[in-house]
Amino acid sequence: MAEPKITLEQVRHVARLARLRLSPDEEERVRADMDEMLAYVDKLNELDTKTVAPTAQVGEAGTPMRDDEVTNQPAADAMLANAPSRERNYFKVPKIIE
Amino acid sequence: MASELNKLTIAEASAMLRKREISALELTRDCLERIAAAEPKLNAFITVSEKEATEQARQADARLASGGDEAPLLCGIPLGIKDIYATTGVRTTCASRILENFVPPFDATVIERLRSDGAVFIGKTNMDEFAMGSSTENSAFGPTLNPHDTGRVAGGSSGGSAAAVAAHECLGALGTDTGGSIREPASFCGVVGLKPTYSRVSRYGVIAYASSLDQVGPFAKSVRDAAIILRTLAGKDPRDSTCSARAVPDYERALTGDVKGLRIGVPKEFFVEGMEPEVEKSVRAALKTYESLGATTAEISLPHTGYAIAAYYLVATAEASANLARYDGIRFGLRVDAENNISLNEITRAQGFGAEVKRRIMLGTFALSAGYYDAYYLKGQKVRTLIRNDFERAFQKCDLIVTPVAPTTAFKLGEKMNDPLTMYLSDIFTISVNLAGLPGMSIPCGYDSKHLPIGMQLIGPPFSEETILRAGDAFERSGASKPRATAI
Repeated sequence: MAEPKITLEQVRHVARLARLRLSPDEEERVRADMDEMLAYVDKLNELDTKTVAPTAQVGEAGTPMRDDEVTNQPAADAMLANAPSRERNYFKVPKIIE
Repeated sequence: MASELNKLTIAEASAMLRKREISALELTRDCLERIAAAEPKLNAFITVSEKEATEQARQADARLASGGDEAPLLCGIPLGIKDIYATTGVRTTCASRILENFVPPFDATVIERLRSDGAVFIGKTNMDEFAMGSSTENSAFGPTLNPHDTGRVAGGSSGGSAAAVAAHECLGALGTDTGGSIREPASFCGVVGLKPTYSRVSRYGVIAYASSLDQVGPFAKSVRDAAIILRTLAGKDPRDSTCSARAVPDYERALTGDVKGLRIGVPKEFFVEGMEPEVEKSVRAALKTYESLGATTAEISLPHTGYAIAAYYLVATAEASANLARYDGIRFGLRVDAENNISLNEITRAQGFGAEVKRRIMLGTFALSAGYYDAYYLKGQKVRTLIRNDFERAFQKCDLIVTPVAPTTAFKLGEKMNDPLTMYLSDIFTISVNLAGLPGMSIPCGYDSKHLPIGMQLIGPPFSEETILRAGDAFERSGASKPRATAI
């Protein structure tokens, strides 16, 4: 049996970063799945990429420029219509600062 | 039920609408009737917008009555819309519990364009949650079944759109393709599915999965219909800075039927172990058809093909982990209340996302996390460069690459659900096209002995949609593969 690529402790750390509260069963399942995927992607190490530039984007070069003009209208009600909880023109959340 | 106008192609229906031989309302009603009859068996739609569609059809009829030949080709044509597109006033779920009740206050750019052409939106089609999957089994609203065999999957992630078009619930549909999500379901359901060049079509208002790979495209019953839809979709959009400003050709004019002298490359790495012999045989026969039409075929090499899935699952999941951070229970979507904000985020996301979405968020977050970025995410991006270079080199020797779409025909429901990696491998022939940002189209090229459709993939250099469509149309015209009626 090969060394696991990822431990339960690492899974819990990543879940915290990703804001996902996993159940103990899920943690183990996710660990096993990630382990399998990380072992699979190891095949990329067969390739020497020391001198290869990374590709982040494949579109045409350059970012188009535009005038800095407001083109939309205020639409607070439309934006807040999907809010799970609102008060007047605010999104309502639990207390953040103790 | 006598008329069955829903079985028409877009080109046929459009001509009849102009001549006032049929009305958009009749056409829409036939689609709605078909939906009512077929949906209990297929589950291709998450939402059927009967009321809105009927109203759009009435408006289209008014426009056709006054404008006649001036009206756009899509005026009065009922289309299915993948439930990943923001549609004003019609809920948009992305097949996720986290967006179950989300009603967008705006239209995606492509929806706006189709709307201004007078198209009729018959409903929102089923998909894998957040477009993550290859079978539409990862939907919070249950899987879509294949109209050719309801014991099998429709493919994914745009399985609902593919099944809806195959079963004549609509005349065409929109999908999205990040790693094969248009082409694989098109292949499994026996319809045409086109993923345009990255940046050809605006993604504004399309719920993001992996932004450097996502692309919008049509499903259709014929290559001509796909060309008609693409013309409306494509073109510059100030709201998507990645969208190309290149002029949009009249794609239909490219459909000359002439492929004489077209150089077709056949990558040896795509004809490997694990492919169903019937799939290989069918694609090889299609290549013979092309030769008989005057094209030439030659073996080429795309040496890094075997690394595409590994590179994809690092790049795509990393981007997904960032894109899906917005579902936090604060501004829209599901909220599960908790004692503090972080717990609220964590519990909402735990309850709102399905297993595959969580799996990909976790892998992507890990690939981007401190200490692992270089080994995983950056490595994936570098291998992406090698895959791109493979295609660039190949297109110095050929105009078009032809491959199978998938190693198999539609697989059985549940067959791959317990093994994520096996499911991922079903995209082995489509994924590299997204990594390289190229256009690719799936067209039906035959059936296996189980009467399941087989798809052939046509891949071209960036912005070669006209060549791809011309070659696809020429194959259709040859009559080498005749479409068969679905079981449902």
